[in-house]
Amino acid sequence: MTFVGWVQVLVFFALILAVTKPIGLYMYRVFEGGEAPLGRGLGRIENALYRLCGVDPRKEQDWKGYAFALLAFSTFGVIVTYAIERLQGHLPLNPQHFAGVGQELAFNTAASFSTNTNWQAYSGESTMSYLTQMTGLAWHNFTSAGAGICVALAVARGFTRRGGPGNGKQLGNFWVDLNRGILYVLLPLSFIFALVLVSQGVIQNLKPYLDVTTLEGGKQTLALGPVASQEAIKQLGTNGGGFFNANAAHPFENPTPFTNLISLFLIFMIPAGLTYTYGRMAKDARQGWALLAAMSVLFFAGVAACYHAETAGNSAFAGLPIHQALGNMEGKEARFGVAASTLYATVTTDASCGAVNAMHDSFTPLGGLVPLVNIQLGEVIFGGVGAGLYGILVFVVLAVFIAGLMVGRTPEYLGKKIEAREIQLGMFYVLVFPIIILGFSAWAAVSPLGTSSLNNNGTHGLSEILYAYSSGAGNNGSAFAGLNANTPFWNITLGLTMLAGRFLMIIPALGIAGLMVDKKVVPPSLGTFPTNGPLFTVLLVMVVVIVGALTFFPALSLGPIVEHFQSLHGKVF
Amino acid sequence: MSSKAQSVGLFDRAILRQAVGESFRKLSPRMVAKNPVMFVVEVGSALTTLLVIRDLIVHGADQPPLWFTGAVSIWLWFTVLFANFAEAIAEGRGRAQADTLRKMRKETMARRLVNKKGEAIAWTELGSAERSPSRGGAGTLPGSPNTIEEAVASSSLRKGDLVVVEANQLVPGDGEIVEGIASVDESAITGESAPVIRESGGDRSAVTGGTKVLSDRIVVRIVSDPGESFLDRMISLVEGAARQKTPNEIALHILLVGLTIVFLLACVTLVPLAKYSSLALSATAIVALLVCLIPTTIGGLLSAIGIAGMDRLLKKNVIATSGRAVEAAGDVDTLLLDKTGTITHGNRMATELLPMPGVRVEDLAEAALLASLADETPEGRSIVTLAQDKYASAAVAASAAEKGTFVPFTAQTRMSGLDLAGRQIRKGAVDSIGKYVTAAGGKAPAELAEISARIGDGGGTPLAVADGDAILGVIHLKDVVKAGIRERFLRFRAMGIRTVMITGDNPRTAAAIAREAGVDDFLAEATPEAKMRLIKEEQAKGKLVAMTGDGTNDAPALAQADVGVAMNSGTQAAKEAGNMVDLDSNPTKLLEIVEVGKQLLMTRGTLTTFSIANDVAKYFAILPALFMVVFPEIAPLNVMHLASPYSAILSAVVFNALIIILLIPLALRGVRYRPLGAATILRRSLLIYGVGGVIAPFAGIKLIDLALEALHLV
Repeated sequence: MTFVGWVQVLVFFALILAVTKPIGLYMYRVFEGGEAPLGRGLGRIENALYRLCGVDPRKEQDWKGYAFALLAFSTFGVIVTYAIERLQGHLPLNPQHFAGVGQELAFNTAASFSTNTNWQAYSGESTMSYLTQMTGLAWHNFTSAGAGICVALAVARGFTRRGGPGNGKQLGNFWVDLNRGILYVLLPLSFIFALVLVSQGVIQNLKPYLDVTTLEGGKQTLALGPVASQEAIKQLGTNGGGFFNANAAHPFENPTPFTNLISLFLIFMIPAGLTYTYGRMAKDARQGWALLAAMSVLFFAGVAACYHAETAGNSAFAGLPIHQALGNMEGKEARFGVAASTLYATVTTDASCGAVNAMHDSFTPLGGLVPLVNIQLGEVIFGGVGAGLYGILVFVVLAVFIAGLMVGRTPEYLGKKIEAREIQLGMFYVLVFPIIILGFSAWAAVSPLGTSSLNNNGTHGLSEILYAYSSGAGNNGSAFAGLNANTPFWNITLGLTMLAGRFLMIIPALGIAGLMVDKKVVPPSLGTFPTNGPLFTVLLVMVVVIVGALTFFPALSLGPIVEHFQSLHGKVF
Repeated sequence: MSSKAQSVGLFDRAILRQAVGESFRKLSPRMVAKNPVMFVVEVGSALTTLLVIRDLIVHGADQPPLWFTGAVSIWLWFTVLFANFAEAIAEGRGRAQADTLRKMRKETMARRLVNKKGEAIAWTELGSAERSPSRGGAGTLPGSPNTIEEAVASSSLRKGDLVVVEANQLVPGDGEIVEGIASVDESAITGESAPVIRESGGDRSAVTGGTKVLSDRIVVRIVSDPGESFLDRMISLVEGAARQKTPNEIALHILLVGLTIVFLLACVTLVPLAKYSSLALSATAIVALLVCLIPTTIGGLLSAIGIAGMDRLLKKNVIATSGRAVEAAGDVDTLLLDKTGTITHGNRMATELLPMPGVRVEDLAEAALLASLADETPEGRSIVTLAQDKYASAAVAASAAEKGTFVPFTAQTRMSGLDLAGRQIRKGAVDSIGKYVTAAGGKAPAELAEISARIGDGGGTPLAVADGDAILGVIHLKDVVKAGIRERFLRFRAMGIRTVMITGDNPRTAAAIAREAGVDDFLAEATPEAKMRLIKEEQAKGKLVAMTGDGTNDAPALAQADVGVAMNSGTQAAKEAGNMVDLDSNPTKLLEIVEVGKQLLMTRGTLTTFSIANDVAKYFAILPALFMVVFPEIAPLNVMHLASPYSAILSAVVFNALIIILLIPLALRGVRYRPLGAATILRRSLLIYGVGGVIAPFAGIKLIDLALEALHLV
């Protein structure tokens, strides 16, 4: 680990801390402030959209109504995307004349983009037409991110509204939240940052691919396309689906260390800001900062571990005349180096983004363990836009429950009692991960349907399987690679994993909000355990780590952990 | 209180013996199924037993050795037995506690009033003759041609029956006096030997079955059917039979079941995941891993904790009608406390002598002493004590008093005193003494009014002392706050509980006492309606309110309060309305009830944390042992350097079982509650039970491993 490497990490984190309050405050104004924040023009568009869709923006929904609207909207998204993919051969903006996408892959991709996962079992440049990329996929980059923010807002309202029983169980209006999120937050920000990216050399065009003669005289086809506009929202919405297969390692997507920093910044910006928005909604900014602190602790633990493991280099090279002063550079871009690559790997898996600028598959076993664990902890370390906030709030419920019992009171959070029903829904939420990740991984590990796709055998192959399902369940979308995921088995199981990892978790989260909004608010006393201080942060971190570790430690010890000890003995795969 | 209901030692021999038997009886799947965590363990135990049987018949080469499967199986059964034992011992202690209460339920003969046809009669059917207070007379009631007595067993009395009880007879059942007045010895319940007065038509009309009438004759209306009295309900609660899970307990159960499912998934999927690496995990090992990981410690002790909580309360002579009420007590935000009896002693006492200008304080003390020597009221006695203790010179005059003539207090004069050798010494209300002095030709000095007003402002009562036509000074009488109550309220403030004093005094007096006692707030000139309003206001703010009460007019408030503690001496209506009854009729008990409630939750919380924290060490014991066969490189993960894979797994299983036994005392006694802020308590608990819970099993498993190795068992 080098000083300069840590400076990169700290500069990045300082930027996030600096932006948390302004963006959080801005989002508070957008969603809770009432007035249109960006001038009359956008306000008119917003109102016109409501009239067009027949939505009454003043009418709020209870948790069931909210969940139903979200599910209906997402189902619609899956169907439309599936249709565009299947029919792209007959649709315009297809200069490479790609045929329609196969049905399993089309299902997988539709599920993937609707759930903000952006798992890609295909190479974009050789499978998807420009139209599919722009309307089928980039569209989801906005709407799935917007939907995530909606759920976070609804859950936050459930926790923070202080009406008490009989004063309405409303959590907001899904259509209004979605509209405002896209119109006032995602679109303006991605517009600005797309231009910044273009200025740095990220390409943006609609031309056919370019055939060029290389310096060595060989022929090469350069894939082109509207990249910058997708790149900005891909990071900002923690989508992560690359225009190109190489994702952010591709020089047209992520040409310089500066664009790399911008990408990282965009990934954490909204999740960090939402914690502040939440604090404002709770009328106690420290409630938000406590959540951010817990996320930050977990983030630094991940970066430190990953960076350390990758700097140590590959133990299999010990004794060989191989220069490893830079650390393990296999699968990493020379223009980023170990520090920026491990930081990227940590950030993208913390935040369920899934964009990658290095091959996680080529990390050392422990270096690769970090992204995997980050995902398995529930995508709550900043987390996906919105998903991180509602995810950590579910863990807050569990943490408060255990803490509350220990201080001898029925547990309370923000003055609202945590009771059996909330714990029940919280446990449903927690159970989704082990069921789908461990369940499908166990199946894939013993079935030829699963193992036939592996490029590596041994423990590393098991890591690849675990990573794939974790990535799907966590709606992360990054791949460990080394796995041919474009088979019917993988496309279908991963498609289901992504849908379950999104919606089976959103429903209990909204359910908890629906219960919480209807609760009496007990004024805090000395006997109430404070949830806005460092002690709570520590407790929350412990609960997140313990739930994740206890669930996945056995499986992980058969994968990356054993692999680590094997590699110390020179055994590689 | 002289004595509590006889307390039972933590490990009474008889209870232990009975509990051992009970733990086997509780192995019945139907009983274990109530506790999903332990049910999983029992299924695991049964499964490993089947494996042992299979291995006895045909032992496959790839199977772990028979001794290992056998040992794991035995210890898994022990795990279930230990959990059953914890519950049985808690029940046993509760039952022993209940038995001491039940002893007074001895079968007695009751004298039931019936009409001529032998049918029970209702109170309203009693003729006016019977309803008028009558004293004495056995057999049929005089002048009541329609009713006769019949002797029936007390257990056959039904609700609404009328019974006659006379001196030296036991009250046959819980009831309310509808006629008469009697002194009753309630020492069987309260341990208090002084008899109490119980009479019809007031707030002291309730009598409890098993208590003894010492004088007079009363007619009692029985208020509960057999098996439904408070005591019966309480007995069933501590015995666990009728125990329903409390809200927090249900929530915790859900959490534990959720965690169990998580571990079930983690362990079951481990088999195929290991198979991928050509590693065949034995069923015994997987069951052992599963049982070690699921929260058996808290799962096994959960019901024991709940029963022990009720038991602790019973030991404090408080009967709760539901576990829910005990839990709510821990959540209480506001305590409403009656001033008299709870905060103050209830009698005003002399605390100071204030002489008029030109009068020596010794002379005032002497006069006050003389005027009070024959005064047997608590106030009079307190004046004597004050004069003798604080102003020693006054003691010389004491013998002189015997020669004087005592002038008793009358409602007309509103003073009392002593005529002695030509001196007329009087003490009494300031205005009465003023008039007395003026009549005698003297004049009240201006300071009298001034001092009296000052005393009044401070919440006290001034009592003037005159000798003939001269006013000597003023005695300061005040409501004396009980010793230690202020510290108690400080503890409550530290817990975040607000105390509100309820008093019939005027606001000025109330404020002074409130200040002295250190309560947070007070309700002066309180009426039952005002009390009710206060409770509703607090509840509207989302707070939980606890209160004590004994009168019928307290009943609505008791019912409205989240925790209503009725005094056993109170009326039946009050007892029905509240959710707890204090047999000692001691309103201060509320404070202890709150602590018991908090302890209950804390014990559950800390043991849950401990149970989950334990899993870290168990992973480090078992997983390397499981994987070492195929992956010898993983050896460094065996941080405890356990002797062999089999020893590692067995040690973890043994630890997992033994820790339940080791924690039974903690579960029964409860975690100690200290009145610190919530954050401090949490920090301590996390350190002790969280960090301690991570470390303890490392040491424990290693020790067991060493022991197994030393005994050449592995």
